[in-house]
Parts: sequence; structure tokens; C-alpha cells
Amino acid sequence: MMSLPGTLAMPSANPERQWHRFSPRVLLDPSARRAVIAVAAVCIFWQLGATSRGWLGFSLPVIGAIPAPDAVAAAWVKLIHDPGYWQSWEQSFLRVALGFAAATSVGVPFGLALATNSTFRGFAFPVFELLRPIPPLAWVPAAIIFWPTQELSIDFVIFLGGFYTMVLNVLGGAETIDARLIQAARSMGASRWNIFRRLILPGVLPSIGVGMEVAIGITWEVVVAAEMISGGGSGSATSSSGGLGFFIWNSYVGGSYPNIIVGMISIGIAGYLSSAVVRRCVARLTPWLRRPR
Amino acid sequence: MTADAVQLASLGKGEIVLRNIYKSYGPEKFATDVICDCSFTAEANRFTVMIGPSGVGKSTLIRLIAGFEKPTRGTILIDGRPVTGSGRDRLVVFQESALFPWMTTEQNVYYGPLARGETKSSVHGLAEFLLNKVGLQGFRKNYPAQLSGGMQRRAELARALINNPDVMILDEPFRGLDAMTKKLMLDYYARLCEDAPRTNLFVTTDIDEAIFLADRLLVMGHVPTQVRAVIDVDLPRPRNYAAIFRDERANAIKIEALSLLHEEAMKAFAGGSKAAADFITAYRRRVAG
Repeated sequence: MMSLPGTLAMPSANPERQWHRFSPRVLLDPSARRAVIAVAAVCIFWQLGATSRGWLGFSLPVIGAIPAPDAVAAAWVKLIHDPGYWQSWEQSFLRVALGFAAATSVGVPFGLALATNSTFRGFAFPVFELLRPIPPLAWVPAAIIFWPTQELSIDFVIFLGGFYTMVLNVLGGAETIDARLIQAARSMGASRWNIFRRLILPGVLPSIGVGMEVAIGITWEVVVAAEMISGGGSGSATSSSGGLGFFIWNSYVGGSYPNIIVGMISIGIAGYLSSAVVRRCVARLTPWLRRPR
Repeated sequence: MTADAVQLASLGKGEIVLRNIYKSYGPEKFATDVICDCSFTAEANRFTVMIGPSGVGKSTLIRLIAGFEKPTRGTILIDGRPVTGSGRDRLVVFQESALFPWMTTEQNVYYGPLARGETKSSVHGLAEFLLNKVGLQGFRKNYPAQLSGGMQRRAELARALINNPDVMILDEPFRGLDAMTKKLMLDYYARLCEDAPRTNLFVTTDIDEAIFLADRLLVMGHVPTQVRAVIDVDLPRPRNYAAIFRDERANAIKIEALSLLHEEAMKAFAGGSKAAADFITAYRRRVAG
């Protein structure tokens, strides 16, 4: 057995770095501690800035005009008992989930087809490239016209937001697969299907993962804007049924400014949560990329 | 020899014959010849080492023999059958690791047989034998990225050997390893071949490595590639890497090969450069005078 110092890298169990398993010990972890400090600092700065008229005598520009954290917190506490607020969460989450699932399940096969079939690529890629620069939000009016319900048109726009990213990542990932791996497999007598299933597919998985992480962020951007533009979806545009984007818009129209901030922070949290879920799924699917820490 | 080792030997098979091979790249009009009228024979069950300075087209020849690319002209025969594509009878171990990164050591080793539809239990004995043989039984669940450079090379040897190819083609397999690991790998591979003989075609730029391993040396010439000289390495086996150059015969072979290689290296170095070519001419004149 040759194990030269420095060349042999074995995974080592280091409990301090297992951040995903939550326990009170997490607060001892330097990165968690830094996160808490950073968020607290932002809140303090925000509180001071927003109440600047009281202690400075004049309002600081920009930050002086937004509701203070204590007002936002008070509004939030009130909203926690409002089922309409939670329905907004639910609605936006459902739309993101639907659009994201559609973007992944259409984007991955489409990207793989582009990567593995040059004829298909010749036909489809120019069309794809022509449509790609059109921002998803530019599709909103057209989508409202050609989809039977407004709900479907919002889902479609969200789908577009994730779709392009997924396709480009799958395509890029497939191109980085080492040709020697395919040659090696072929000379061992592997069939085309086996090469696809055992080499191409796992080979693009990391890129699919990156695509998913980027796409989930984009879908949150798109869902909020689409909800604002479309007025919250299918006819019954009340503050309780339009999703978080419409919740923000409606708060603005109704003049309840702290609620705007509550809506914004809610989206931040929702986006963070869904990214974390996606990242964990991706890490589970690509165990060979887990670096020994 | 144990039963598994017998299973591993591939006796009397894998003769490689190249007949007037030409290979050029690029569109017909502007094609550059990389290989020009190259012929040689690598005898079955013997260890043939192809040595030449880098850039003489050794790797191109390997890709042709492996069947990844087709020669522009000429025929390649394996045991009398012309090569038309890649095949299981000859497996290539590449310069850098080409292990499948998403498979564990064990999955990499099992890949070939399982891909051809064999069952795991039918190759289990051989797989275990090989994992032990390459000293990776304790690392079967590790991914390639978790192995050291030397371990990766051994895993790759096991992955190739389980398919029991008639010909093992190794294209500078130990390049990039540190000197210690390289020496261990060489001793190790030589022992493996003595235990289970088969036809080997080994490419290298390192003369010590070449003489240590070879039954026969092919000294490759400058672009377009041809065999400049064939040297029989008639040193007794088993050989010991540390001790081999205490032998006078080994040193004589080394000097003979080096003088040939030096000339080829100078030509390769000067390739395309008028100034360098002039320098070599001047240098030769001085040496001669």
C-alpha cells in the first residue's frame, strides 16, 4: 500500500462542519455565528436609518423613507394571524414549484437532446437562441392572450424563466464530459444506451444541479413580477389570493407600507428556503463531488 | 499461478501488425501528415515499448490502434483481423486518469463486464482478485477524487484488466506521478505482467522506464512518425528497477537508444523553426569536425 503524505485524501468526519444537521451547537459554528451577526447589524443600521428624523433632526436619504424594523415587526405579528398572508405564501410557492418542475422536466431532456443529437441541435438551437434574449416578463401580455387562464399564463412565464438556464447548463455540462471516458467505455463494449445512462447522465448531473440552483432563484424573481403585472391571477384579485408579489403590490396600493417590507422579506426567506432545499437535493444526487473537509 | 491469475493471462493472442500506415489531419488540400508510411509488428504476449520524444505522433498511433480514429491509408491487424473500430480485445490506459468520477473504485472495476450484460456474481471472483492485486480492497467505496494519483492509476489498471483484453495499450500511464510512486508502479506493473503475461504496447518518453519494461523497444522518429529503430531488450526477468542499470547490457542498450533519441529530439525541437534547424546543422558540423 502506498499512501504518500499529502496525496491521499480520505473523507474525514469533522462534526463541526456538518452544518446541515441542526442542533444548538450550530451557534458555535463560526459561519453560523457570522450570519447571525451580519443580519443583526443590518437590522440595527436599518433601525437607526429609518428613525433618523427622531435622533438626527432630519431624514437620511433613501433609508429614512422606509418603515423602521419595529413597525415592520409589528405589522408582521399582525399578519401571522391573517390566513390571507399565508395563502399568499402558498400561492407563490405553488407557482414556483410548478414552473420550476416544468422548467426542469422539459429543460433537462431538451438540453440532453441538443447535446447528443447534432441534427436536432441544428434545427432547435437557432430557434432557442432567438427566443432566449426575450425576458420572461416580456412574455406576460402575450401569455395572457394565448393561455386560457391567467394562472396558466403566470406559470408559463415562470417556466420560461427557469427553462433557458436549465437548457444552457445541461448543454454546457454535456460538452465538458471527457471524451476519453466515452472512448474507454466504448472499448469495453458498452452500448450507446449504457454510455448515456451511466456516463452522460451522471456527467451532466452537476451542471443540472447548478442550473437548478440558478433557476430556482430566477423563478422567484419572475413569480413576483408576474404576480404584480397580472394583478394576482385568476379574476379574484384580492390580497389573499394573489401570491406574495401581489401582496406587495396590494400593500403599496392600499398604503400599508410596513406590509410592503414584510412581503419583501417573506420573498427573501422563501427564496432562501427553496434554494437550500434544491442545494441539498443536488448534493445528495452527486455524492462524488463531496469534498473531504 | 492461481486460478484467477490464469484467468487473467491471455496467452498467445494480441499480435499487432501495422502496415504502411498514413495519417493526415485537415482537409485534403491542406492536410498535414502526422504519420507517414509507418510499419511495425508488436508480437503477441510480449512487452513492446514505443519510445520517442514528445510530439512525434505516438499518441496518434495509439488512437489508430485502439480504433478511436481511422488511418488515412494502410491497415492495422490484430491477430490477422483488420481494426475497424474500438473493441474489447484492446484496451487503452490513458495518460491521465480516465476513471469514471461518479463511480466508486469498485463500480469502476465492475463497469466493463456489467456494461456487456455479465452478472456481478460471475465476475465477482476476478474483481476481488484484481482489487486485492492492486491493493485497493480497502478503498472500494471511495470515489476517484478521494484516491491518490498512484491509486487512481492502479484502479484504472484493474478496470482494464478485468475485461481480459488481448492487448493492453498504455499511453504514458505513469506520467505525472512523483518519482517514488512511479518507481513503485513500474515494479508493480512489471510483476503483474510476469504473473499474467499478455501483449502490451506501452508508450513512454522515459528511457529507463522503457528499458525496464520492454522485451522490445521501438524508437520512434520525428514527424511524420516512423519507426527509426527496433532494439531487442534481452535482459533477464524478473527485473529490478533499482538494480537494472548495474547491468552492462542494459547500459549499452540505453546508450544506443539515447543517441537515436537525441537526434530525433533535436529534430522535433527544431520542427518548423529555421533558426533551430540551422543551429542543429552547425552543431553537427562542430561535432563532426
